[in-house]
Amino acid sequence: MRYAMAVDTRKCVGCSDCVVACQTENNVPIGFCRDWVVQVMDGTYPQLEMEIRSERCNHCANAPCVRCCPTGASRIDEGGIVVVDHGVCIGCGACIASCPYDARYPHPEGYVDKCTFCIHRLKNGMSPACVDVCPTKCLYFGDLDDLNSDIAAVLKKRKSKTLIPEAGTDPHLYFLI
Amino acid sequence: MKEEIIVSGRMNQLVDPHLHIWHWQISLYLFLGGMAAGILAIAALYFIRGREKDYHTAVRITPFLAPVLLIFGLIALFIDLRHKLFFWQLYTNIKLQSPMSWGAWTLMVITPVSFIWCALHIKEIFPRWDWKYKWLFEIEKFFNKHKKTLAWIMLIYAIILGIYTGILLSAFNARPLWNTSILGPLFLTSGLSAGAAVTLILSRNKAERKQFARIDLVLIGIELFLIIHMFMGFLASTQVQIEAAELFLGGPYTMSFWIFVVILGMIIPALLEIMELGKFHVPSIVPAVLVIFGSLMLRFIVVYAGQVSRWLY
Repeated sequence: MRYAMAVDTRKCVGCSDCVVACQTENNVPIGFCRDWVVQVMDGTYPQLEMEIRSERCNHCANAPCVRCCPTGASRIDEGGIVVVDHGVCIGCGACIASCPYDARYPHPEGYVDKCTFCIHRLKNGMSPACVDVCPTKCLYFGDLDDLNSDIAAVLKKRKSKTLIPEAGTDPHLYFLI
Repeated sequence: MKEEIIVSGRMNQLVDPHLHIWHWQISLYLFLGGMAAGILAIAALYFIRGREKDYHTAVRITPFLAPVLLIFGLIALFIDLRHKLFFWQLYTNIKLQSPMSWGAWTLMVITPVSFIWCALHIKEIFPRWDWKYKWLFEIEKFFNKHKKTLAWIMLIYAIILGIYTGILLSAFNARPLWNTSILGPLFLTSGLSAGAAVTLILSRNKAERKQFARIDLVLIGIELFLIIHMFMGFLASTQVQIEAAELFLGGPYTMSFWIFVVILGMIIPALLEIMELGKFHVPSIVPAVLVIFGSLMLRFIVVYAGQVSRWLY
């Protein structure tokens, strides 16, 4: 099993519903976020191009945060999901410094926090909160190994990219372009 | 033109607008750990080579600073942790891929070893020291018997400690400025140089001072070579590393790096030491303090500038 997410940059309107849904679902403290929306404007007027991306942890297969963690608090869970065990994390910040996507933040309670693909919802057969709430249905989530899943189908049909693959992280957050 | 902005609002403390997760605590620790490593490595090396009599201060007196430096370094590290009560989790497992885990275990060895080394030489500082209890005498006897083994352990672990202070940073490929393998040797050399400078300050023996001025001179030469090598490597690398180097070559850290680290911390003390080895008399405390200051600034500037450098996407 290999969980992954795909974001359709052509359908995303940048409403930030995914961000609010995540903050509500995961009790993210005020002022912090586990996911965010990036808007890229390219070119000069009138030849402008815009890309909107809903970003979060890339759940890398070769995760630098897992490699750098001195206690094993950051680890790869079932389905390739990168998680942090709060009771093992010492809050040293090594994983935060090691993430090229800046996807992690120090929780005010001391441990390091980040997107978990809503692992607690997955265990109950539900999708991540951001996927469920998206009004344009631009987020695809599922098991890459299951060829009948939404995500495997959409990645086969559409052209996609990942963010800074040259950092050698083997990210599993795809952007449909 | 390409403009990238986060439109949903993101202000994760200590991460945005650019990373600033590590502050003075880490820089100070890297400096104290590096200097302690330098002091202990030099002491162990000269003891093993049987030069204890010639370099009395370096082998028997200067090491008394090491445990103090290490303890202050450990306190700084502890202050840096945000989930403090869980710090013991560092010692529940060994993570071979994590430099920080290596460092934690290295400190676990080198700190007690530095205490034992001082205990063996306590009579240098307190001539009338008495261990009082018989079992303490027994322990002292045991370590005195195996002093050479102890020195070897101290030498090896001091070098690991010195290199680790650099590797801790170079393991992060997300921060292009840190992501160079030169940082390990550079921090080791800088630590050894600061360690030699401490002996230069403490020694009352002219021959020993002269020898340590010579050692320091060679170490500064190596450091300058490594710094040039580091920039050559950056400028011949990818765009992100070119931009990382530009932080020091015209960017916001140019002045502080070249003035405090290279000129005040390396070139001026090197010139003063050359003068001292010649005919002029220079109080050796001046180049020594400058070297230690440069070593401290190197840690601060590299830690802070590294967090500004990043991958672009």
